[in-house]
Amino acid sequence: MNKSMLIKNGRIIDPSQGLDMTGDLLVSGGKIKSVAEIIKEIPADCSILDARHMVVCPGFIDFHCHLRQPGFEEKETIATGSRAAAAGGFTTICCMPNTSPALDNKATIDYIKAASAADACIRVLPIGCITRGRAGKELADMGELAEAGVVAFSDDGSTIADSRIMKQALEYSLIFGLPISDHCEDAMLSEGGQINEGIIATRLGLRGIPNAAEENIIARNIALAKLTGARIHICHISTHGSVELIRLAKKDGVKITAEVTPHHLTMDEEMVLGYDTNAKVNPPLRTRKDIDALIKGLKDGTIDIIATDHAPHTANEKLCEFSKAPFGISGFETAFGSLMKLVHNGDIELNLLISKMTAAPAKIIGNRFGTLGTLKVEAPADITVFNPDEEWTVDTDKFYSKGKNTPLNGVELKGKILATIYNGKAVYKDNSLKPGDKA
Amino acid sequence: MEAVKQYKETDMQAENPQLEQKVWNHRHILDLDDFTPAEIDLVMQTTDAMHEILSRPIKKVPTLRGKTVVTLFYEASTRTRSSFELAAKNLSADISNLTVSSSSVTKGESLIDTLETMEALGADIVVMRHPCSGAPNLASKHVKSSIINAGDGWHAHPTQALLDMYTMLKYKNSIKNLKVTIIGDIIHSRVAHSNIWSLTKMGADVTICGPSTLIPKGMDNPQPYFPKVKVTTDIDKAIKGADVVMGLRLQLERQQSGLLPSIREYAKLYQITEERLSKADKNVIVMHPGPVNEDIEIASSVVHGEKSVITEQVTNGVAVRMALFYLLAGGSRNE
Repeated sequence: MNKSMLIKNGRIIDPSQGLDMTGDLLVSGGKIKSVAEIIKEIPADCSILDARHMVVCPGFIDFHCHLRQPGFEEKETIATGSRAAAAGGFTTICCMPNTSPALDNKATIDYIKAASAADACIRVLPIGCITRGRAGKELADMGELAEAGVVAFSDDGSTIADSRIMKQALEYSLIFGLPISDHCEDAMLSEGGQINEGIIATRLGLRGIPNAAEENIIARNIALAKLTGARIHICHISTHGSVELIRLAKKDGVKITAEVTPHHLTMDEEMVLGYDTNAKVNPPLRTRKDIDALIKGLKDGTIDIIATDHAPHTANEKLCEFSKAPFGISGFETAFGSLMKLVHNGDIELNLLISKMTAAPAKIIGNRFGTLGTLKVEAPADITVFNPDEEWTVDTDKFYSKGKNTPLNGVELKGKILATIYNGKAVYKDNSLKPGDKA
Repeated sequence: MEAVKQYKETDMQAENPQLEQKVWNHRHILDLDDFTPAEIDLVMQTTDAMHEILSRPIKKVPTLRGKTVVTLFYEASTRTRSSFELAAKNLSADISNLTVSSSSVTKGESLIDTLETMEALGADIVVMRHPCSGAPNLASKHVKSSIINAGDGWHAHPTQALLDMYTMLKYKNSIKNLKVTIIGDIIHSRVAHSNIWSLTKMGADVTICGPSTLIPKGMDNPQPYFPKVKVTTDIDKAIKGADVVMGLRLQLERQQSGLLPSIREYAKLYQITEERLSKADKNVIVMHPGPVNEDIEIASSVVHGEKSVITEQVTNGVAVRMALFYLLAGGSRNE
């Protein structure tokens, strides 16, 4: 392990302090030591990474992913998932509690923390259940979960269908100040649904999931958050109507935050033509109109963060009839590259993209786990280095993730992660970095 | 031996032996969305030749001798399966029927496992019916044999649509500009979906009609994914001036899932009756893929009336399926 590292001549972008400059960044003792146009005084044991033509920014934070451990280790483990995340430029990931057993008590949170300490190459922050066993009936011991170190509460994969339980969960969460993160899906409307309700579903003969399945629950959650004054976080929004609801709620002062995934921002329902089960995801890929609204929402601040919803499955589980395949896309390793398409197309600015993956999620997480998502001096040296213009072809055989389930296999992306540094240590380095660059 | 002697090259082949090589470009028959009008024409012509064979006293030719056809049905069906079976036998294929009981599914045998077994047993053509839309598409990506879709979920039933078109052509000069009205549970109907593809490709003027809960979504705006048809919930408007009126089977569980208030109300609003048919073209023909729920989607008197060609559809089904086997078998025709 290197004690110090100098990253030279990079374009340093740190939205947490409005920084966008070309210069050097010095890391020592696992912390950011200095950022300047030229750093001349460097420690003797310092390694050097030449970041000319590269961007240096805070390590990405993913507020929503599935690591599948414990219970579904054939899909992913903390070891493989964290390596995949590091390869995608992430240094902090928040894992959802829909494991087996579900993360609904202190023992399971302790297990995640211990397994992460042993196996993860980056920071793993568990999200605890809202209800016991994710059954939506009784509240989990949220106080104990908060004390054990959860970053939020969620029954992701399922909505809290019972509005009374949701109201009580929100009220109770006020004690801890942690957000309730809800997967918004009116199960009565989406039951049996496979893809977006619309013409593609008509063509393929598949049952559709209407936009209203998501919007109904978002509208309810807004009303309950307003009533209780609690923090609500909306998972993976996918429709233009959801953007509009959240925009109005924010205007109304509701404590609401929202996330969108890379796939909902970059792919539409056409991806499932040919019955590609790797494009089967929940909520489903929607239409161009929805994508445009999501991008607009990202720009005007309605949507706070980008989160992957990395959902690995085995190849066999996806190699079946479309309606039998599980929902989910393995997202860690393609997230950044696919999002860069938005930057190259002129849809969003690079600084905004970085902000939505660093400073913004750090703000939702707060400072309970250290100063995250920033390159400020004395913050943990969590750094991502990428080349915004390098083109590469997605090859799932080379994924660190066990989940090869992405519709992007073989697709060319522009924008490549070159190095990921966690606590001052390089946890991922692209092969193209010259052997001389000791990072 | 008698059959072999009787078999002769059909007129179509004699006239233009190269035709099918140029036109026919299918290893599988999954749906009609990827059929060209020329391919559909070829199927119609070939069906004529097969129809001629069926009119002979001995309805057997050696075209598929030595080929193995397997029917793989994940849904109960007697009519469609018998039709395929007879078609294969008329062409002298060896045929094996496999009904996949829930047992092997519960044993965890996947569709692909089953198909690989079929192939290992020597299947050249697999005729497949499956409750999941797209299952034949999946199958076609994993096997070397030809897949014929005998109905998948709500998606497609291409052989039914081809036999429907063949039946229409027995009564009408051309599909072009033909006014075809399809009435009923369109959203769940693979028959309707495949018919919409084939009919619009050949230039028909297609109207779909049914209660709004059973009309497919997303057809109102211009879009490149599904053919443009007229959509109405008004049955009288739909039938007015129609050359062909096609009913669809109403699954009785549509009421339980709340898509319809009652079967009685459905019959009242959407049944194809003599009275409603009187507004159609005077030479209208009435079709239905079967089995019919008489006096629900179609009045009994219409099913058995002079405008009905429903029984003929069944006969034509065998000829169309023979034609498709023949075309898929390709080079074997000169044996």
